[in-house]
Amino acid sequence: MSDAITAEGLVKRYGDVTALDGLHLTVPEGTVFGLLGPNGAGKTTTVRILTTLLKPDAGHARVAGFDVVRDAALLRAHIGVSGQYAAVDDHLTGAENLEMVGRLYHLGVKRSRRRARELLERFDLADAADRPVQGWSGGMRRRLDLAGALVAAPPVLFLDEPTTGLDPRARASLWDVIAELVAEGTTVLLTTQYMEEADRLADRIAVTDHGRVIALGTADELKGQVGGDRIELSVTSAADLETAGRALAPLAVGDVQVDADALQVTAPVTGGAAALTTALGRLAAERVTVRDAGLRRPTLDDVFLSLTGHEADAETKETVR
Amino acid sequence: MNALQLAVADGMTIARRNALKIRRAPDLLGGVVMLPIVFVLLFAYVFGSMISLPGMSYGEYLLPGIFVMTIVSSAQITGYTLTQDLQKGIFDRFRTLPMSPSAVLTGQTVADVIMNLTSVVTMALVGLAVGWRVRSSPVEGALGFLMLLLFAYAFSWVTATVALSLRTPEVFNNVATILSFPLVFLSNAFVDSTRLPGPLRVVAEWNPVSTLVQAARELFGNTSPAMPVPDAWPLRHAVPVSFAWSVVLLVVFVPLATRLYQKAVSR
Ligand SMILES: Nc1ncnc2c1ncn2[C@@H]1O[C@H](COP(=O)(O)OP(=O)(O)O)[C@@H](O)[C@H]1O
Ligand SMILES: [Mg+2]
Repeated sequence: MSDAITAEGLVKRYGDVTALDGLHLTVPEGTVFGLLGPNGAGKTTTVRILTTLLKPDAGHARVAGFDVVRDAALLRAHIGVSGQYAAVDDHLTGAENLEMVGRLYHLGVKRSRRRARELLERFDLADAADRPVQGWSGGMRRRLDLAGALVAAPPVLFLDEPTTGLDPRARASLWDVIAELVAEGTTVLLTTQYMEEADRLADRIAVTDHGRVIALGTADELKGQVGGDRIELSVTSAADLETAGRALAPLAVGDVQVDADALQVTAPVTGGAAALTTALGRLAAERVTVRDAGLRRPTLDDVFLSLTGHEADAETKETVR
Repeated sequence: MNALQLAVADGMTIARRNALKIRRAPDLLGGVVMLPIVFVLLFAYVFGSMISLPGMSYGEYLLPGIFVMTIVSSAQITGYTLTQDLQKGIFDRFRTLPMSPSAVLTGQTVADVIMNLTSVVTMALVGLAVGWRVRSSPVEGALGFLMLLLFAYAFSWVTATVALSLRTPEVFNNVATILSFPLVFLSNAFVDSTRLPGPLRVVAEWNPVSTLVQAARELFGNTSPAMPVPDAWPLRHAVPVSFAWSVVLLVVFVPLATRLYQKAVSR
């Protein structure tokens, strides 16, 4: 299996800001690569370089066998891009938007028209197809933008934060579509701020910060580094606290943490919701009064905290400025 | 298809897109059809009845001026649409497609010629209804319309250049209004330039808008022997100088706008 995307030592500076600071990545053909990072990490800059919109200050990259700078014009026929902000034309209808893209891929008038209808059908937009995009919802616009990226059925697809700003339902339906594409063998590079999204869609994930890859692996490998799921619960008395800590120890996959001031117990577990049920059963058997209990999944913040020692949020404020 | 054929095909695709946009945007369409109608009627009836010229009606003298004024003001739509598109990220989509990079600007300007054609035809029809006539030959009349449309095309490359350097629709609108006002009103479009005071007269007579208006009057036969052509050189040779202006504007502003576009979108 050869690599669909390789980037070596990409550097991009905007004045004093170093957006990319020697970024490396490799994406084998037919796999999904997730670029996970907070705002300002350099995700969009990476996508813009790989899709020929921007020239790197240093380093080089190849996509589908083409150099992104030297062979930019040739490469464009082999990629599809859906940017962070839906690049659709408000005054055109959904069908006109896709037809235009088809013609600009040089599919010819007839094929462009047929392909547009096909995609509108597939993305559940057929009913709105002949209405100007102006009145469409955010989720519909994102789906249309994604459809635009697929018009030429490109072998390599770039999706920059495809679900940011969408409501949970629209997000779930977009995930389904992306999963289908992947099943058909498209190579996908996807950026996201959501661990859950990378987890759900990506074969391999690169965590980025300050324009560098700071961790790389499968979702499970990364979660292993971060600590995976954990049960967090609070009790009403110090006596219960000790009992609870003991009761949970056999369930935990690491050390159980007991916070005497907050009357809180934290236990890393595997098995998700089932583990929580078991834990609550044990606590009930020990007659512990539980005030609050929950299962916490690792978030981007957790990944960050464990990888960098600082929180993603603080990072955002610092770099966006 | 070779590179040139592709560039033409892509340009047509973009032109089609922009023409659709104009048709769907009521504010743009109003500027293209309604405003010219209002201008013609307003000038023909309100001013036409108040001002008398030796040997011809003021209304007839005015219409070529109104043609030119409309062309200058609707060329601003080119710039305005470009600044709007720049804000929206649609150019990012275009730039990741295997299309000819020149197509965005050629398509936009070609769509604007179609729009100008609509305006000019509307104005001519309303003009005919209120008594304006082409008093020269049909060939000269056709040449007159051709000249106006060529200038319109060249002038939209000027507004494209201004727009791509200013980048936001608001700033562009302000600057375009400030620049186009003196261009139109410090000319012979509405007044006889020979009656203007000294320095204003020189400005008006060398203003390219005056040259174009004079050329249109000559080609449409909207002149009177009682109103001699001023001595200024561009007005004496108005028709060839008008065509020359269009060529010069194209030679200067097509490459300039193209370079600015490449720069504007690769940030
Ligand atoms: N056009 C630009 N001009 C100046 N700085 C920029 C520009 N684009 C991005 N940056 C900066 O580069 C860094 C990386 O940005 P970006 O790639 O957009 O991050 P992400 O997509 O991960 O949020 C940020 O600090 C951002 O402020
Ligand atoms: Mg981004």
